[in-house]
Amino acid sequence: MLTNHKYIAFETIVIKEVRRFARIWVQTLVPPAITIGLYFVIFGNLVGRRIGEMGGFQYMEFIVPGLIMMSVIQNSYSNVVSSFFSHKFQRSVEELLVSPVPNYIILSGFIAGGMARGLAVGTIVTLMSLFFADLEIQNLFITVSVVLLTSIVFALAGFINALFANSFDDISIIPTFVLTPLIYLGGVFYSVELLPPFWKLVSALNPIFYMVNTFRYGILGSSDVDIVWAFFILIVFIVVLFSSCIMLLRKGTGLRS
Amino acid sequence: MTIAISIQNLVKTYANGFEALKGISLEVEQGDFFALLGPNGAGKSTTIGVISTLVNKTSGSVEVFGKNVDTHSYETKLDFGVVPQEVNFSQFEKVRDIVMTQAGYYGLPRKLAAERCEKYLRKLGLWDKRDERSRSLSGGMKRRLMIARALVHEPRLLILDEPTAGVDIELRRSMWEFLTEINDNGTTIILTTHYLEEAEQLCRNIAIIDEGKIVENTSMRKLLKELDSQVYILETNSQVPAGFSLKQDNMVLNIVDENIIEVTVSGGQSVNSVFTEFSEADIKIDSMRNKTNRLEQLFMSKLEGNG
Ligand SMILES: Nc1ncnc2c1ncn2[C@@H]1O[C@H](COP(=O)(O)OP(=O)(O)OP(=O)(O)O)[C@@H](O)[C@H]1O
Ligand SMILES: [Mg+2]
Repeated sequence: MLTNHKYIAFETIVIKEVRRFARIWVQTLVPPAITIGLYFVIFGNLVGRRIGEMGGFQYMEFIVPGLIMMSVIQNSYSNVVSSFFSHKFQRSVEELLVSPVPNYIILSGFIAGGMARGLAVGTIVTLMSLFFADLEIQNLFITVSVVLLTSIVFALAGFINALFANSFDDISIIPTFVLTPLIYLGGVFYSVELLPPFWKLVSALNPIFYMVNTFRYGILGSSDVDIVWAFFILIVFIVVLFSSCIMLLRKGTGLRS
Repeated sequence: MTIAISIQNLVKTYANGFEALKGISLEVEQGDFFALLGPNGAGKSTTIGVISTLVNKTSGSVEVFGKNVDTHSYETKLDFGVVPQEVNFSQFEKVRDIVMTQAGYYGLPRKLAAERCEKYLRKLGLWDKRDERSRSLSGGMKRRLMIARALVHEPRLLILDEPTAGVDIELRRSMWEFLTEINDNGTTIILTTHYLEEAEQLCRNIAIIDEGKIVENTSMRKLLKELDSQVYILETNSQVPAGFSLKQDNMVLNIVDENIIEVTVSGGQSVNSVFTEFSEADIKIDSMRNKTNRLEQLFMSKLEGNG
C-alpha cells in the first residue's frame, strides 16, 4: 500500500473514532470527569485533610497525579473496547476488513482514537485538579511520555478485549474484575511505604503501580519506583501487546469465520 | 480475454464442522455480468465471504484479475467492491460520513472522495439523505447506500449479494438499470440471487450452486434454450366441442373442463397456429397464461439433479 494511502486510511480511522466519542460526549467525557471530581472533593479535600501527609506530600497533591492517570487508563481502554466491539456488533468492522487497509494501520488508528479520548479526559481532570491543588510539573518530559505510553498500553489491552468479546458482558467483565482492582491497588490512593512487606512485593507485580508512580515522579519529583525500570516495563508491554494484536488480526480471531 | 475472478476448488468447513463449500471452481471474465444462483443456504454468501476475506477458506484459491488474494491482498482488494447481503454499516453514522469513511479506507484524497461521494449518492438517489443518520433510512435506501459505498473507489469488479432482496418492483427495476449501466461502462458484475428471472434480465453467464456445489455453469442463453416446451393455460367462454383436437403434431391438447384448455407447445413452434385453429373452430380465447413459472421449473430440475 502506498504511504500516502496508508496515511489517509489512518487519518480516516482516527477522525471517525474522535467523532464517535465527541458525538456521545455525555457518555464518554462527562461521567469520568464527574467521578474524578468527586474523588477530589471527598478523598482529596474532606478525608485528605484528616490524613495529612502521604509519601511526603499533602494528600491532595499525592492523589492528583494518581487520579489523572486513572482517568487516562480507564478512558483509553474503554474507548477502544467499546468502539471496536460496537464495530464488530454492528458488523461495520467488515468495511475495514474488506478494504485494503493493512492490519497495523487498523490497529494504530484505534489506538490513536483511544489515546485521544484518554488524553482528552486526562486534560479535563488536570484542569479540574487546578481548583484543588497547586501543581508544578517537575519533569515535563517524563510526565508527558509516561502518559502517552500508558495510554497506548491500555488502548492495546482494550483492543484485545474487544477482539475476544462476544457480548456486551464480555466488554465489562475485564474492566470490572481486572482493571479496576489493579488501578485501586496500583498506588493511586496510597504510597506502598504504608504496606507490609508481602503486599509491597505484590504491588511490584502490578504494572499500573509503575505507571502511576512514574507519572507522580514527573509531577511531584518523587516516587516509589525506579523510573528507568518503569519505562522499560512500559515498552515491553507495548511491544508484546502490539504484536499480539497483529497476530490476532492476521488470524482473524473474533472477526473472520 | 482477461479473467476478472478465478476460483479454484474452494472448500469451506465452518468451525462447527459444517462443510458449506465442497470444492467450487468458477471463472468470470472481465466485463461479464455473472449470476450466482442458488437456494437458501447453498453457499453463495460463503463464497463471497471467502473472496472478500471475511471468511477464512479451508482450501482452494481465489485470484482477482490474475492476482492471488492471499499474496496480493492490497492490489486485489482495490480491484473489487462488495455489497453484502446484510446491512453492515454503523447505524449511528450519517449517510455521507459512511461513504466518505469508506473512501478514506481506499486512500482517496478528501477532495476526490467528496466528488465521488456526491456522484454515487446522487446516482443512487440518496443525496437528499446525506445528512441523515443511516438507521433512519428505509430498507431499500440502506441497500442503495451499500451500493454507493461499494462504488466509491470505482472498482473494476462489483460483487453484490442479493442486492434486490426485499426491494419493491419499481426500485428493483431502477437498480437493474443502474447495474446494467455500470456494466456497460466496463465494470464486471457478479450478483447472487434466488430469482432466475433476475438473472435472465441482467446476466450473460450463470452458475447455479446448491449445497456447496456448482450444479450448472453456462451462459444464460444456453440455459434458456433448455426450456424447450411450455404449457399454456387458455380460458374461454365458448363451449369446447367434445373431441376437439389440434392438427399440429407436436402440440398436446388437454381439455381440463369446458372452459379451460391446456396446450403444451414445443420449442421453436409458434403459438400463432394455436390461435388460428381455435378461431377456425369458433372458440374464442379470453385469456392465456403460463401454467408454471418455466424458469422456476428449470431451476428446480437442476437442483433435483444435484440431490
Ligand atoms: N458462521 C457459520 N458457521 C457455521 N455454518 C455457517 C456459518 N455461516 C454459514 N453457515 C452455513 O453455511 C451454509 C451456507 O450459507 P450461506 O450463507 O453461504 O448460504 P447462501 O447461499 O448465501 O444462502 P441465502 O440465500 O440464504 O443467503 C448454510 O447452511 C449456513 O447455515
Ligand atoms: Mg446469502
